[in-house]
Amino acid sequence: MKNIYKIHLIGVGGQGTVKASTIVGEAAMKKGLNVVMSEVHGMAQRGGTVVTELKIGEAHSPLIEEGAADLLIAFEPAEALRALDKINEESFVIINSSPIVPFTVSLGISEYPELSSVFRELKTKIKNLLIIDAQKIAKEAGSIISENMVLLGAATAIPNFPIEKDLVIKSMRENLPPKSIETNLKAFENGFAEVKKGGKSIGT
Amino acid sequence: MKVKEILTEKEGGKLFLLGNEAAVRGALEGGVSIASTYPGTPSSEIGDVFYKIAREAGVYFEFSSNEKVALEVSVAAAAAGLRSFVFMKHVGLNVAADSFMSAAYTGVRGGMIVLSADDPSMHSSQNEQDNRIMARLAGVPLLEPSNPQEVKDLMKYGFELSEQFKIPVLMRTTTRISHMRGVVNLGPIVSGKEKGFFEKDPTQFVVMPNNMVVRRKDLIEKLTQIKETTNNSPLNKIIDKGGDGLGIVTSGSAYNYVMDVVSENNIKVKILKLALSYPFPEKLVFDFINSVDNILVAEEVEPVMEKEILAIIGKYNLRKKVYGKLDGILPRIYEYNPDIILTGIAKITDKELIKRENFDTKLSLPLRPPVLCPGCPHRATYFALKKAIKKLKIKEEDIIYSTDIGCYALAIQSPYKMADYCISMGSSIGIGCGFAKATDQKVISFIGDSTFFHAGVSPLINAVHNKDNILVVILDNRITGMTGGQTNPGIPVDGMGNPAPEVSIENIARGTGVGFVKTIDPVDLKKTEEIFKKALKFDGVAVIITKHPCAMITNAENRKKGISIKYTINQQECTKCLVCVKSFTCPAFYIEKEGSVNINPLLCDGCGVCAQICPKKAIEVKK
Repeated sequence: MKNIYKIHLIGVGGQGTVKASTIVGEAAMKKGLNVVMSEVHGMAQRGGTVVTELKIGEAHSPLIEEGAADLLIAFEPAEALRALDKINEESFVIINSSPIVPFTVSLGISEYPELSSVFRELKTKIKNLLIIDAQKIAKEAGSIISENMVLLGAATAIPNFPIEKDLVIKSMRENLPPKSIETNLKAFENGFAEVKKGGKSIGT
Repeated sequence: MKVKEILTEKEGGKLFLLGNEAAVRGALEGGVSIASTYPGTPSSEIGDVFYKIAREAGVYFEFSSNEKVALEVSVAAAAAGLRSFVFMKHVGLNVAADSFMSAAYTGVRGGMIVLSADDPSMHSSQNEQDNRIMARLAGVPLLEPSNPQEVKDLMKYGFELSEQFKIPVLMRTTTRISHMRGVVNLGPIVSGKEKGFFEKDPTQFVVMPNNMVVRRKDLIEKLTQIKETTNNSPLNKIIDKGGDGLGIVTSGSAYNYVMDVVSENNIKVKILKLALSYPFPEKLVFDFINSVDNILVAEEVEPVMEKEILAIIGKYNLRKKVYGKLDGILPRIYEYNPDIILTGIAKITDKELIKRENFDTKLSLPLRPPVLCPGCPHRATYFALKKAIKKLKIKEEDIIYSTDIGCYALAIQSPYKMADYCISMGSSIGIGCGFAKATDQKVISFIGDSTFFHAGVSPLINAVHNKDNILVVILDNRITGMTGGQTNPGIPVDGMGNPAPEVSIENIARGTGVGFVKTIDPVDLKKTEEIFKKALKFDGVAVIITKHPCAMITNAENRKKGISIKYTINQQECTKCLVCVKSFTCPAFYIEKEGSVNINPLLCDGCGVCAQICPKKAIEVKK
């Protein structure tokens, strides 16, 4: 049943993970595809890990089986490691390189691993890995809050992504506030271009 | 999608809806007139949508003071001939249970749906209770949708069923249905009746024993009749996946996992999906059992259908094996997922488990527990109280912190550790009364504004009347915060966004006869500490109301006004004593690798409380 495309998104509360996922889902619907999505609300909203999952195609449940995601979008590097059980060596993985260090680290009750070891570990496991500095690209586009759209742009550019760019953009216009749409579109385009120009990270 | 489209999108259109949003559209397509709730995750977004569209939709909606009141509002409307919809989280139905149980006896005239959003795996709840059992306890029909489309369709159907048999209908969703998005095909919206009229009939609506003796008999007869419907309903359907060895009986979210697992792994089975699952369709299930060799029951949380099936097998002396929770083929705890279902099926069919090589990591990952937000006024309350306790030299082991359901229970975490006991909405004061009688320890009860209105008033009356020695701290953040920011009776706005009388917590406390009542703004730490000191020394019931808007409100207001205040640390003055990090613990603070303390401007909300706690006055407004 390879006609179901499975996307796992993981981030930290406040990064716009749910919004990015909803945009993908609505774009899939516009294309005439079936789509189901799982999202998180409630206690995890602020500062906690936020996971959403999408299945595009004839699926009933949005929950992705272990090791079965076609695409993992990690909005934060350490969070990518938390999602390792969802991917396999064929999965495509997009990672934002900007860490969000939680308060528990300052309190001394947990540790944030060295970024270099996070990336090293990811590179040894994943063939199709794309590490992008979404924070920097978002800042250049005009607002750091648009990180999620940078990552969405990057996802739209990868091979086999099941939805065309124009549909994703249409869905963005219908889901984002008009006053920030230009910044968000720019962030999206820059994320898209980052992948299209064939960043070195792909396939390393 | 904009929320308004749930109301404005036309028949034949499609929306990508959350299960909770689909419930609202379904109610509108079913001609609902009145909706009521007390917010609770995973049901909260239903109310959030009604809040935004009810006025325009011509529907009356309210955030009731608790679930029992919400149910009473809706059941009365249904008695007056209107279609009504009351919704809550699963434990909310416990609060409403007294009236709910009797509503099955009295019945309704207009259609009435009671939606319970259960929370398997307890993503944001205290227990895993399975409210399909509540349908059985009360004796009302049960609907179990599996996706947003079904939520919407079953809402409309539920009103019809309810009206046909003049009985409330329970709809049970779970987190993965309420918080699942899917494509929903829309039908036409039907305007509900604007006003009803209550035709009196005390023999039906007054629960005197001699009336209810008759109604009990009627209820059982009704359930027998409804069983005919459940046996023949197209909502209960067989999906033949090319095998009659294993039959799977399933419902709700579990159905989705079964379907995906069976399709992806080409497993030959026959599936019976039950969406109208109580009264249990005995005849339909009997025939299904007889058409297969053995049965697996896939259901979340309790073995409810499994026991029904075992009863049928016993009653008719069938020789069939039933797999499920009772024999450990599937787990009894926590929500299911496709992997759990696959493992269960593999155990029965002896099929080689499809073992995928799983990646994992040996690196230790940072913990991200939910924390009080930057700028949260509760942090100021706790900090000031902690200081007052220290100054009075009261030992921590001599204090019992009885807390309640709300963001403020996050004070359970280090370094505050001010949460020792919490069991249910409004329990902090009643529990406090018990500890005050049972021990000589000082009792401090914490309760939020919304929780106080919900179930905190009667235990406060109890504390006064029974002369308990407790300090009640009412953390009034002007909102129902944890569920995402709904209005409550203490706010001058009602559930439809209209102006409303603001109920005064202070007046309630005084009215009950509390001897020491003070309202303070906790953001003024010094003053707050002083008042806490007095309250702690008071003999009897003392009530301190710490009143300051939730950071979500102040942030939104500041954004609107274009105000952006950020605090920063003057590194020349900072001695790295770490009071801000270790004792105050605002998550906007962080320590750089070289040891300097900093404030993340993206997280700082500009409340300025940290500037009051810095011994060196090194925290200042960023220029």
